[in-house]
Amino acid sequence: MTPVLEVRNLSTHFMTRRGVLKAVDDVSFTVGQREIVGLVGESGSGKSITGFSILGLVDPPGRVVNGQILFNGDDLLKMSPTAMRTIRGKRIAMIFQDPMMTLNPVLSVGTQMIETVQAHDRVSRAEARARSRDALGLVGIPSPEERLDSYPHQFSGGMRQRVAIAIALLHRPDLIIADEPTTALDVTIQSQILFEIKRLAAEFGMALIWISHDLGVVAALADRIMVMYAGRIVEAGQVDGVLSEPRHPYTSGLLSAVPAAVPRGEPLRPIPGFAPSPLSRPSGCAFRDRCARATDICATEPMLEIAAGREFRCFHPHLWSAA
Amino acid sequence: MTVFVIRRFLQSIAVLAVTAVIVFIGIYAIGDPAEMLISPDASQAERAQVVASLGLDKPLWEQFFTFAWNALHGDLGRSFVFNRPSIALIFERLPATLELTLTGLVFALILGIPLGLLSGLKPNSATDEVIMTGSIFGFSLPSFWQGMMLIMIFSVWLGWLPSTGRGQVGEFLGIHSSLFTLDGLKHLILPAINLSLFKLSLVIRLTRTGVRETMPLDFVKFARAKGLSEKRIVFVHVFKNILIPLITVIGLELGSMLAFAVVTETIFAWPGIGKLLIDSIMRLDRPVVVAYLLVIVSLFIFINFVVDVLYSLVDPRVRLGGAQ
Repeated sequence: MTPVLEVRNLSTHFMTRRGVLKAVDDVSFTVGQREIVGLVGESGSGKSITGFSILGLVDPPGRVVNGQILFNGDDLLKMSPTAMRTIRGKRIAMIFQDPMMTLNPVLSVGTQMIETVQAHDRVSRAEARARSRDALGLVGIPSPEERLDSYPHQFSGGMRQRVAIAIALLHRPDLIIADEPTTALDVTIQSQILFEIKRLAAEFGMALIWISHDLGVVAALADRIMVMYAGRIVEAGQVDGVLSEPRHPYTSGLLSAVPAAVPRGEPLRPIPGFAPSPLSRPSGCAFRDRCARATDICATEPMLEIAAGREFRCFHPHLWSAA
Repeated sequence: MTVFVIRRFLQSIAVLAVTAVIVFIGIYAIGDPAEMLISPDASQAERAQVVASLGLDKPLWEQFFTFAWNALHGDLGRSFVFNRPSIALIFERLPATLELTLTGLVFALILGIPLGLLSGLKPNSATDEVIMTGSIFGFSLPSFWQGMMLIMIFSVWLGWLPSTGRGQVGEFLGIHSSLFTLDGLKHLILPAINLSLFKLSLVIRLTRTGVRETMPLDFVKFARAKGLSEKRIVFVHVFKNILIPLITVIGLELGSMLAFAVVTETIFAWPGIGKLLIDSIMRLDRPVVVAYLLVIVSLFIFINFVVDVLYSLVDPRVRLGGAQ
């Protein structure tokens, strides 16, 4: 089965006054059909920019400078703006982080949904409205017909995110990119939304890229996980494997900073130091300044190691007895 | 909504009453109209007779209450100079000012909004630089100087357009206006441009700022992610958000344009209320000044009311009446 999305050597740089900021640096990965991939990392690791790069929505001064983004075999980076517009919202949809900000405050929810239908399909307003209503019903919004005439401020945060999800589902896309869609919601709403998205993705056979900094969320949702650090994917593999037996010291560092993973009463172990400034990343492994296992060799670029369905970039990976 | 209208109406009455008191006392303090009206060689008896006939011999409070009582009966007094009801004088002149102001405003909007959009969508481009530089001129060159330059270029040198007066006035649906004759329109162009240049600059800058502030917001990016055309994003998603600050400022500015058309009307000898006001202040024609200000205040109140209603139409988060 061909993958839905294949990203090869993607680099997205921001040409700032203080220099070139390498937000995404030589990133490659694939997303299979119906696959849920979690993309995790700290703030500023480049995970959101990766998502925007796929949709061609990087704002200046940012620019995709290198790579290929093959979507069902076609390179999105070679497409004209018009062709790209027919992909956005139709074949690849995106859900944003803050539901308070993603809907236009002065347009009714119905208007914002109907325009999405009509941007891609030549259908009557009545039919577009009917489809919008059905989509609202699908994501569990009560009395969807009346709610179409409501404005965003009349919805709670969780309900607004459901509306955003309904908009993403309107065209039954092949791929949804979800950029921390539950981060701004409280925990009970968060788990409801997670459950709904997982159900809908399975029901419609959609692939999902779930961008998050929350390892717990990704563990519950994803098939595969990719860990990003300083613009690069440092480790990738099946969720169970990566979370139980991390090979990269950064992944293990992340895991021991998660409250649920540490036995009660023991202090959390934060990763020492700070993520490097994206303008002045150290040569070689970007994590070496914070890494207990680093040696002189880490000043050179670690190659991608691929072993037993796992990929990682490290000279001194953790070794697990089974491996 | 009904509650809102009633409350607003009561507030308006209070504002009008306070304005009347302030203006009445203010103009009383400026000087004695009798000095202006009566020729210096009039005899003492003639003088006393005129003063008594105008009611100027009574104490201030009595004059005010006579005025207030008459005003409540729809009579804002007679002009000392023209010996005609002051309100009639104003309503005679008001259409000229209204047509000038509205033409100026429409001009500022139909030119200012597209230019502002152009500027805001391509910030720091050559187009943007040209438009912004132009708007600085519109802002900073004094209105009277702009007016004189317009006359010099278009009337004196090129001889294209007349420089003074209102021209021939046409009638349409019972409304008399220069807008309905070619000659009238020719007369209207220069003063309308003069009056609108400052507002044009303001509209350009407001629109540009609005675009610059709205474009980076998440909902614009989300609209792009939905695959909407750039046209729809700019003219529906962004524009409807920009309308909110635009309506506020336009509303306020329309009032000030009406009230301060004085300069333009003076330069172009436009027979509007601004010119009437200046003349009346010079002659201390108190009933006209007071009536003029009351009319302007009423217009302000009306414009603000329209702005509030427009708000609730443009921004669904605004609900008039505050019942919720």
